[in-house]
Amino acid sequence: MREYQVLVIMKDIPGVLSKISGLFSKRGFNINGITSGVSERDGFFRMTISVIGNKKIIEQIKKQVAKLVDVVEVQIFDKERTIKRELILVKIKTNFKTRSELIEVADIFKGKIIDISHESLIIELIGDLDKIDGFLRLIQKFEVLEISRTGITAMHRGEKQ
Amino acid sequence: MKNINGARIILEILYRHDLNTVFGYPGGAVIPLYDALYDYKDKIRHIFTRHEQGATHAADGYARISKKTGVSIATSGPGATNTVTGIMTAHMDSTPLLVITGQVPSTSLGSDAFQESDITGISLPITKHSYLVRTIEDLPRILKEAIYLTNIGRPGPVLVDIPKNIQLQEISYEKFEQLYQAENNPTSTYQHLYDSPETRSIELMVDMIKKSERPIILSGNGIVKSKAQETLKKVIRKFDIPMTSTLLGLGTLPHHDIHNLHMLGMHGTPYANYAVDEADLVIALGMRFDDRVTGDVQKFCKNAKIIHIDIDEAEINKIKEVDLHIVGDLNCILKKLLKSPHEKQHPKWMDRISELKNKFPLSREFSTDEISPQHLISKISQITKGEAIICTDVGQHQMWTAQYYEFNRPNSIATSGGAGTMGFGLPAAIGAKLANPDREVVAIVGDGGFQMNSQELMTISQYNLDIKIIIVNNSFLGMVRQWQEMFHDRRYSFVDLEINPDFTALGKAYRIDSYRAENIDLLDDLLKKAFEVEKPILIDCVVTREENIFPMIPSGKSVHEMILSKEDR
Repeated sequence: MREYQVLVIMKDIPGVLSKISGLFSKRGFNINGITSGVSERDGFFRMTISVIGNKKIIEQIKKQVAKLVDVVEVQIFDKERTIKRELILVKIKTNFKTRSELIEVADIFKGKIIDISHESLIIELIGDLDKIDGFLRLIQKFEVLEISRTGITAMHRGEKQ
Repeated sequence: MKNINGARIILEILYRHDLNTVFGYPGGAVIPLYDALYDYKDKIRHIFTRHEQGATHAADGYARISKKTGVSIATSGPGATNTVTGIMTAHMDSTPLLVITGQVPSTSLGSDAFQESDITGISLPITKHSYLVRTIEDLPRILKEAIYLTNIGRPGPVLVDIPKNIQLQEISYEKFEQLYQAENNPTSTYQHLYDSPETRSIELMVDMIKKSERPIILSGNGIVKSKAQETLKKVIRKFDIPMTSTLLGLGTLPHHDIHNLHMLGMHGTPYANYAVDEADLVIALGMRFDDRVTGDVQKFCKNAKIIHIDIDEAEINKIKEVDLHIVGDLNCILKKLLKSPHEKQHPKWMDRISELKNKFPLSREFSTDEISPQHLISKISQITKGEAIICTDVGQHQMWTAQYYEFNRPNSIATSGGAGTMGFGLPAAIGAKLANPDREVVAIVGDGGFQMNSQELMTISQYNLDIKIIIVNNSFLGMVRQWQEMFHDRRYSFVDLEINPDFTALGKAYRIDSYRAENIDLLDDLLKKAFEVEKPILIDCVVTREENIFPMIPSGKSVHEMILSKEDR
């Protein structure tokens, strides 16, 4: 069992998200996260679904999703040649003592400070899972007020010559 | 230029697709549709059932026998939710069904308006697809698409929810024709399923059959759905392969055909189950390795290579890993298989099959003091020569029907297989009769299930449908009672129906000739007379109360743990 990312492209019509999530809950597939939005094609929606499973389960997911009438494409992301990214926002309580240390940590991770107040600041960070996990571990020593994660979005790399 | 409203568009499109029989129940949100029906009386026959569940099961029964899409109509809110069990039943057994529901006006959607229910949401997991119509311009395309989807690829139910204001809204005829003619197939493609299969797959299959000494065919509902029964018969002769059926696949071969091993599975024939266990090649055709068929999946046909052919790719390797699979329409694939220059005989294996059949027949020793349910079904089978259309609910009576009704014709069974829906048989018989008025239709129902949709007696009576209604009355919820007896120390908990109503009085209340059979002589006489007249007859058959259904492979067990009879326990 490991995490897989599944790419789904479907018609952008009302109710289409509930059809996908309904299928996953009905079949007992374990969703770790869904990201979705419009795609390069007009009228089509693109989703990256992160699921836990083994090869057999992932095959089933692929076939069952493909059966949905509004779905035009389903692909399992190939681990080796896939770019995965997630965006997170973290609000951390700060004072004049901790502020500079925190900014330093954010800098190392190429995070951006996007809001700052007397009491707290918000860091925006984009990266793959390892980077985000690493960052979240490091900031544990501070007082984290809020974390918001988008979930993973993914894309296959271009073909190498 | 004349205008056409949404309601008329619905009926016009049904009519143009030859869907000229619909089952329904009026209500507030479909008043415009019923108003239009008033003018379509000559083109569309509307059967007024007495419950929306009845309408949906009747449409299901109609579809199973006619192979056309069944259509049911219900109003919004409770009308729509009453169709849910019917939709689920059709979904589990892949019946092509179009469910049209009225909805509150689109301007009121989401406001908890009177009789509003989110039926597309509610029915989401049990439909092949569903639509909520948002504009009148969408309506022609959606209806065309919906009808197409019900019966293409793996058939299934499609729901179209149509707000009342859209039924009332008008567009010009010209505009309607333009919208109707527009190319607008759904995104999913199905055509490849009907193309001739790859030659390579067929060669591999023939090769496996040639190498096999003990092949067996497992024939399921897919054979029925793709109308492949005749082709399959030829395949069986050409390669000399015995065949066993799932519940929904019964009837492909005449009962006494030497290749016919009848039903397999939990309550299947011992010879079918033993043969599957001994086989070295299992050819699974349009069946999905349901747990009632396989028991312990690991041990199921563990000595065999498996070929699986199904139109639904998701069924391949879902339950059982297979050695070869072909995805597509069975009739196309089997036709191509027939073209193979090779043939094969399996005389030794067929001898073994006969031996198994002779050694482990279904019991024929029935009690003579009381009516045994097995005698009852055998008698119906004799009188109708195994040629009737049989509709059942779920439970003991269903399994006795599968065992003792000697099906001699294809397309002869309408029973709730996957869903196991009580109350299915009676309304399904209404649909079956209307789909095929020339054939004898028998609703064989339990005394429990009968009470779940007995209001449909009124429909049968109103349309004077020649349906013979046989209540297998043991005054128990028999199957649950049997499990309580066998697995819960006879702690009978809420299965006793001793205080049943007087079914003959009930039948008479609906103006149906109704009789009660309490002994064998009376039963035989009543049955004989019932099939001599062309009108509905109800017979309440009082059968042995605590009869069990054997053989039985207990849930999750294998063929080696099959219980053959009461004495065998």
